[in-house]
Amino acid sequence: AEVEETLKRIQAHKGVVGTIVINAEGIPIRTTLDNSTTVQYAGLLHQLTMKARNTVRDIDPQNDLTFLRIRSKKHEIMVAPDKEYLLIVIQNPCE
Amino acid sequence: IGHPEIFPLVFTTKTQEIFNCRVDEDVTEENCFKLIKKEDIIQDLKTRAAISDFHPVRKVILEYPGEELLLVFDAKFQYGQNFYLVASEEAKENLLKPPETAEEKEEKEEENTEETLEIHPYKPPVHKPWVSLGSEKEVEEESVKENVTKIKYMLSRVRRKFGASITFTDKNASHVKDNYVECTSYQDKSFSIKMLEKDVGVQMVPKVREASTQTKWIYQKNTATQYFPRQSSNEEKEESLSSEKLKDFLTSVSLRVEIALQQNEIMNAFFDDWKALAEDESSSGGKPDVCLKAYQAFTDLCYLKDRTISCVCWHPTIYGIITVSARERLSYEKQVNLSGTSLLQQSVILFWSFFDPIHPQLMLECPEDIYCFQFSPSDPNIIAGGCINGQVVLWDISQHEEKLQNAKTVADGIQMTAVNMPSVTQVQQISTEPPLVRYCAISSIEYSHKKPVTDIHWLPDYSEEKQVGATFENRAEICVQLVTCSPDGSVLFWDTPASKLPEQPSSEKVRGKENFCMPPAVPDTFKHPDICWKPLIKINLCESNTNTEYGPIRICLRELHYHYKTSEKMRSLNTLEVLGRESPYGEMGTPSSKNLKVLENITTDFFVGTEDGEILYSDWKMEIDSDSVKPHAQKYTTHTETINTLQRSPFFKDIILSVGGRSFAIWKEGVTNGPILQSSCSAGRNTVGHWSLTRPGVFFIGRDDGNIDIWDLLKKTHEPSHFQNISESVITFISPWIASSKQHFLAVSDDLGVLHVLEICQTLSHPSRNEHANVLDYFEREAKYLKYCEQEYQEFQAKTELKWNGR
Repeated sequence: AEVEETLKRIQAHKGVVGTIVINAEGIPIRTTLDNSTTVQYAGLLHQLTMKARNTVRDIDPQNDLTFLRIRSKKHEIMVAPDKEYLLIVIQNPCE
Repeated sequence: IGHPEIFPLVFTTKTQEIFNCRVDEDVTEENCFKLIKKEDIIQDLKTRAAISDFHPVRKVILEYPGEELLLVFDAKFQYGQNFYLVASEEAKENLLKPPETAEEKEEKEEENTEETLEIHPYKPPVHKPWVSLGSEKEVEEESVKENVTKIKYMLSRVRRKFGASITFTDKNASHVKDNYVECTSYQDKSFSIKMLEKDVGVQMVPKVREASTQTKWIYQKNTATQYFPRQSSNEEKEESLSSEKLKDFLTSVSLRVEIALQQNEIMNAFFDDWKALAEDESSSGGKPDVCLKAYQAFTDLCYLKDRTISCVCWHPTIYGIITVSARERLSYEKQVNLSGTSLLQQSVILFWSFFDPIHPQLMLECPEDIYCFQFSPSDPNIIAGGCINGQVVLWDISQHEEKLQNAKTVADGIQMTAVNMPSVTQVQQISTEPPLVRYCAISSIEYSHKKPVTDIHWLPDYSEEKQVGATFENRAEICVQLVTCSPDGSVLFWDTPASKLPEQPSSEKVRGKENFCMPPAVPDTFKHPDICWKPLIKINLCESNTNTEYGPIRICLRELHYHYKTSEKMRSLNTLEVLGRESPYGEMGTPSSKNLKVLENITTDFFVGTEDGEILYSDWKMEIDSDSVKPHAQKYTTHTETINTLQRSPFFKDIILSVGGRSFAIWKEGVTNGPILQSSCSAGRNTVGHWSLTRPGVFFIGRDDGNIDIWDLLKKTHEPSHFQNISESVITFISPWIASSKQHFLAVSDDLGVLHVLEICQTLSHPSRNEHANVLDYFEREAKYLKYCEQEYQEFQAKTELKWNGR
């Protein structure tokens, strides 16, 4: 229930297109988008997050990745990594 | 030594003793001669043989003719030994008795040492005179003597020329005569043998060529991987969802995410202010002097004399072709009555091309004056027009399509006359006469409108209405249906009579069974067995309470976006259920098949502008089961005069512009209180209006003083942003067109029959960056404001009521 509430709150923000929760292996657990999109996002962003995290830790082993934001023409993809899970939020910064 | 008789000997002491010629005893220097008997020597020789001193001269001794040999003691070793033997008698004699010559000394010497057996005196050789034996001749012959006197030459040269540098010059050998001797070849007759056969050996050798290069050899091959994404099963998902870890994760992460989301909401960090500033500047910059540049003007003296242009249409596909329809310029009273008057002059629709402003390209013959016409969106060769007497006419110009497309090449004015020229127009056969096309279908008079057809539209190609009243999907994707309205209070839906589908064969003979004779060689696109072309559905518009009929001048349907010759399947469209009071069903052979999908969700609303200045908003829904059919119409009486334009914005589907009389208004569908924008009463009358095709907030209003007002909603809403005078008389029609991305045209027609084509300048044709959003914003604001006003009004009314009631 708490989980649901948090996710709903995030989804209710202005401009949010979709939310995905994936586990450490890259398998989506919870999503608000359709299956094919979810799978695509999960696979790609999982690898990218791993790469980003490795980069940060290579530079400074005591550092770690806390947040990843990818800004594109149409949307902004935000990835919040953790030890076991990954939260992906896609937002449309409206103007 | 030269004395052949003298033989030197060596005498040992023993020999000396034997022969008594011991040195210095018997023989001395003065007495050097000793005669020795030959027999003694021979005896000696025999006894002592080899060791005898006479051994070397044994032969001489044996041959000696004399008896005694002279032996000479040679004290001075003249002949090499201490003794010598004289071999000949003469010599002996000579020695013993030396001659009285000068050689006495020598002889003496010899005599002294002589101690040989020979007593023969030594005689030195006597100098004899040389006896020539002929040898001197030989010698003379052989000897070389110089018998030629030697010539002496002395060559001298200047000293400085010695060792000087050498300069060479070229000289052509052939220039100087006889400088060279040529040995030219000549054909020797003796050698001309013609070779009749020649043996040639041929060997086939494989052509081998070696070449080498160094490349980075990447062997490319296709690889493919088939995969599918991993997905966890539902149970696993459930499990993980309810796990504690997920909760903790979300609580820790959500804060960050929300911060990020809010950041985006607050402001756009990547917004380029500088760039945006530049764009705004260019769009709202200084006003250019001329916004509409005159491009061309078309008029025709014979056909458009004293006529006014009622409708202007651009050819949808061919660049540069514009069509005008003309009708008689009626005085105001006649216009009000709009009765069908007889014509003195034939009315035509003219096709103009940009490349030939003097001669029209094509003419469509009309039975009556045409009030309005339209090209069919699916086939630009079909033109539908509404006449002033209420009939609907169709033309087919597919035969002339090519000619229209090649209008550029005929710019010099010489045009070919069409092959099928009807007999009516044969009188006018001048070489520069544009071909005349007769209409190929005309609706029957009894079923048409009673008053002029003021507006005609082709229905969009994805929907088709049938007699039953439900709209079906139009599989053929060609526009087959028309809707017309007329001030006689009715809106008619027409079906093009048995229109030719592309698959059908083209040439079919016109059947003779027709009431009105079709002239021969008219394209039989709309051949139909029935005579009369009746409308499919008729809608009568009348006010529910008073039962007065409306006189619709303009009609505006929803979703009238045309796809010119592109096929897009529209799915999930709504049904258009028709409200029909009396629907005379014509027997039309509609080319549609039976099992078409009934379309749901087509909006059935439409706007109608009437001649009294009212705007009706209604929808037609044929509720088969209800008894009383009520048109749920909404009426707006904003305008005081006849509505002459009712048009949807090409950008917003629910915004409508209505122009009538002294004002114009913008309506939003759904907002029922009133127009969201209404202009103030202007001095002159607005005669026509049109949205700009490229800018969402711009529209053009034509006026009766020949001006065009350009309104830009983003700049000013209380007055036009720009106006420009185009002609001297009333503007009758405006039609913008996008010919290419650089060329935007505005066709303006006026009352004098002149069609002006103007080029829209850049600022008016290109929208600024956020224009769409801004205009949308504006409309929404206005709608909200209207609502707010309404609310206020209602509150006010409630308050006043209370007040009144309270009293």
